[in-house]
Amino acid sequence: MKKYTYLVLGFLGFAALLTSCGNGNQGKGSSGALNSSNAEKVYVAPGEHDEFYAFMSGGYSGNLTVYGLPSGRMFKEIPVFSQFPTSGYGYSEETKPMLNTSHGFVPWDDSHHPDISQTNGELDGRWIFINGNNTPRIARISLTTFETEEIIEVPNSAGNHSSSFVTENSEYVVAGTRFSVPIPQRDMPINEYKGNFQGALSFISVEPEHGQMDIKFQIIMPGFNYDLSHPGRGKSHGWFFFTTYNTEEASTLQEVNSSQNDKDFIAAINWKKVEEFVNNGGGTKMPANYAHNVYDESTHTATSTMKKEVLTVNPLDVPGAVFFLPTPKSPHGCDVDPSGEYIIGNGKLSADLTIHSFDNMIAAIEGKKFDGEAYGIPILKFEDVLAGTVKSGGLGPLHTEFDGKGNAYTTFFISSEVVKWKLGTWEVIDRKPTYYSVGHLMIPGGNSRKPFGKYVVALNKITKDRYLPVGPEMEHSAQIYDISGEKMELLYDFPTHGEPHYAAGIPAELLAPKSKKFYKLSENKHPYATLGANDAKVVREGKDVHIYMSTIRSHFTPDNIEGVKVGDKVYFHITNQEQDFDVPHGFAVIGANTSELLVMPGQTKTIIWEPKQVGVWPFYCTDFCSALHQEMQGYVRVSPASSNIEISWSLGD
Amino acid sequence: MKKASFLMIIGPLFLLGLFAFPLWNIMLGAPQYPEPLGMNIHISGIQGVSEFDLQNIDGLNHYIGMKTIPKPGEMWEFDIFPMVIIGMIALGVLIGLLGFFGKVGFKWFLGWFLLMSILGVLGMYDFNEWLTDYGSNLDPHAIIKVINEDGTPMTYKPPLFGNQKMLNFDVTSLPHTGAYMMFLGMTLTLVASYLGWKSKSSAEKQESKEAVAA
Repeated sequence: MKKYTYLVLGFLGFAALLTSCGNGNQGKGSSGALNSSNAEKVYVAPGEHDEFYAFMSGGYSGNLTVYGLPSGRMFKEIPVFSQFPTSGYGYSEETKPMLNTSHGFVPWDDSHHPDISQTNGELDGRWIFINGNNTPRIARISLTTFETEEIIEVPNSAGNHSSSFVTENSEYVVAGTRFSVPIPQRDMPINEYKGNFQGALSFISVEPEHGQMDIKFQIIMPGFNYDLSHPGRGKSHGWFFFTTYNTEEASTLQEVNSSQNDKDFIAAINWKKVEEFVNNGGGTKMPANYAHNVYDESTHTATSTMKKEVLTVNPLDVPGAVFFLPTPKSPHGCDVDPSGEYIIGNGKLSADLTIHSFDNMIAAIEGKKFDGEAYGIPILKFEDVLAGTVKSGGLGPLHTEFDGKGNAYTTFFISSEVVKWKLGTWEVIDRKPTYYSVGHLMIPGGNSRKPFGKYVVALNKITKDRYLPVGPEMEHSAQIYDISGEKMELLYDFPTHGEPHYAAGIPAELLAPKSKKFYKLSENKHPYATLGANDAKVVREGKDVHIYMSTIRSHFTPDNIEGVKVGDKVYFHITNQEQDFDVPHGFAVIGANTSELLVMPGQTKTIIWEPKQVGVWPFYCTDFCSALHQEMQGYVRVSPASSNIEISWSLGD
Repeated sequence: MKKASFLMIIGPLFLLGLFAFPLWNIMLGAPQYPEPLGMNIHISGIQGVSEFDLQNIDGLNHYIGMKTIPKPGEMWEFDIFPMVIIGMIALGVLIGLLGFFGKVGFKWFLGWFLLMSILGVLGMYDFNEWLTDYGSNLDPHAIIKVINEDGTPMTYKPPLFGNQKMLNFDVTSLPHTGAYMMFLGMTLTLVASYLGWKSKSSAEKQESKEAVAA
């Protein structure tokens, strides 16, 4: 009997072992199968193309990076607000004016929120806009050349953060100030902030055909912090919504002092009404000083113009144009669903999301149900405009995007997760952790009337332990989730460059076919272009020496130059004669106090070289252009300042 | 005979296609040219398939010392060929019209076809001669000189017809729309000859039958 008992126990134990083993295996097995199918979902075979472009802001890199989804492969870094020695952007004579501002040459910025132009509320893929946060600027980037074409400085603004979001037909790209400042700027005590500082919300018109930007008007608002914004769409087209914090108007220790009010506001702006007001001659022209920098594709050259005036609007002069919607807990992201009905305030210090209803807002305005005013601007009653609350159990909601199928996805920074919830019922459907501390998220078209709800990309603030360690400083991480099913599924991690504050995605087929391959030499209108090797020459104008140089695989014309003297200012104007896709030539000369040039086929670029030492100094092509790339080199003879050697040049003599 | 003459008038008119479409096409693809470079050979000159293809082919060919692709005016063929084609079209239509009015018979139709065929073969021969010269008459100072295993310098004659691997390039040479229209037109004249012959022989049979009956 005893023996039997042991046997039974033994059997049971063995069975338990088997079961647990089986469970373990099953668990591993299924996660293995899951992983391999997830691998397939992000695998883009060699030679195949990604399904989406993703444009990630570079944050403190000042630039914009281009990725493919779902692979997470980086294709390009587009220089926008920061000098970029890789191509010579901001170093070449042609592109230096792009970084001109009222503060002089500013070679860096903090780029934040890319937004793709829209037509009828849908992505049209013509341009992408992005804001410079530090020295307030808005840039427009062409989505045929993937180059920055225009940068406009925003006066009366500081911390250009609630930017650069476009209206439904790209009528305006909107820029709001995060930091309120004295308008106009003046010397005054900081502690007199309250009631004296103001916040400018700038509506920058976009010329429909060529995209040229112009500040149409600035609404001068009370001195709150205008954090983020989004346009109305569909039925709410014509309105723009801005979250605010620091309605306390504190000027010091804002971490605490700006967080005292239980509710801050979402400012609802009826821009159509303001537009009508200014079109009828309303508003006040105010002296200003701001740079407008435009790059011309035919001259391959940027010009900077200082503008001296801006049209400002006092919101009290346009009754019915501006209202405040009380929104709890220092809301950060301000997102509008694809139908235009719901305005989501992501109260970053709370656990809940506040959703306002556009219809309720209009009804409250029409019923004049106000709950007081702030600096004369009517405040609507919270309960009257509220559509619902998402009780998530998460902490620190920041941003929300939409999948076009009635769902919303919100990032929670503090609890480090993405939460999927249903519009209208406000129920939480799913939640998935992020690694770690997600900030923005992006669904291609996720802030338009027509999202492409297949993937969501989480843009994380903290990366530690997800990649091989590379010292204290590392890149921020992005994570891609499959959202085609009911539950989100984490597919892949990939590093981004800089700190991505928001991103914009678009189906590849909207952009890829129209991506430019090269510039036509016959359309090159650069004043120093060398259109054929026979036009190559060297011209002395006093101390300035202009070298008109052409490049073709694989030689420079000319490649021997004499007659340059110490103290000269030598301009190398390099024209790439190639007319084929992906055949750039580079140019670098020893001791140049600037970057190289990377010259695309058909393009002309210029750098200045000021030789300080007598000698024979080489220059060469920096981009491996052909089997004879190493032979692509030349010499400049630099003689003493007192020398009387005449300028001469040659090739093959 | 009316049907045959009609075909004999229509057939040569198909050669007009040679003035609108290329006669021949040569495409060059390589790993670094996923979109191949190409040249279309028209009877009046050579054109790139894409705007800058000829320039880029010349750019590549200069490494191995090939001459640049001839421009119209640099080859007598591009002046003569269009005139020959116009002449043959006029002659063919004329023969067809004369056939229609019963002035000439199917032998003239066949004669035109044979003359056109001989001219076509001569044209191909000439084209092949040019390809050979273009591919093997190389600049002695060429940057890249490749030697075959047997010690002879490598030449780069593109194939007259079909596909060939040349260094890193896959070269495909095939007739194009103009040539296909010419072949179709010539076939029509051959059919015209056959129909003409048939109607003549049946007419002769009819005659002999009638003679027998009489």
